[in-house]
Amino acid sequence: MYKIEVLGTGCAKCNKLEETARKAADELGIEYEVVKVKDINDIMNYGVMVTPALVVNGVVKVAGKVPAIEEVKKMIGGK
Amino acid sequence: MGDCACNSGTKIIYSCSGAADVGEIADRAVRALKREGFAQGSCIAAVGAGLSGYVQSAKGADVNIVVDGCPVGCARKIMENIGVTPVSYVVTEMGFVKGSSPANPETIETVYRNIKEGKTGEQKCTPAAGCGCGCGGSC
Repeated sequence: MYKIEVLGTGCAKCNKLEETARKAADELGIEYEVVKVKDINDIMNYGVMVTPALVVNGVVKVAGKVPAIEEVKKMIGGK
Repeated sequence: MGDCACNSGTKIIYSCSGAADVGEIADRAVRALKREGFAQGSCIAAVGAGLSGYVQSAKGADVNIVVDGCPVGCARKIMENIGVTPVSYVVTEMGFVKGSSPANPETIETVYRNIKEGKTGEQKCTPAAGCGCGCGGSC
């Protein structure tokens, strides 16, 4: 089970990143759960200063941008 | 960090916070700049340790500013190690001598002003990328 967290306070880019992450995970055919992290203190606890950010199994993969789906698939797949 | 950074001209500032007096000046000047909202503050040690949130934030920021105490440039090199080219300031290039420059309100204020006004320091940035250092495209 992959834990995918989307860090952001709820802006359009945060929603776009969540949508892209879900699509990427579906295409990879993995079991996953998506958690939206909106609390600013929880976001800061990851050391993230720019949002949106994508966290996969506790590791921040990207911050401050919404990558293309193929890139997100690699981030989730750990390649 | 504000309500939502969302890549809207994000500027992050780091100091080497080294053991020498010039490292202390760098540290305290950066803290003052952070307090007044000149840039968001972050930890260069965390970037050096490879903590993913700090590394990815540096990569995702529009501008990263590093303030080193001396020409060894540890903070700048940490950023370069992760593939980020920061705007770089060095306290000893502002007329201070390592080992003979106690951190006091005057020295801190000088460094603070130099950074805020983009007056001095070796600024390794790309004007085309919109470095935000106040150089007007000349550095």
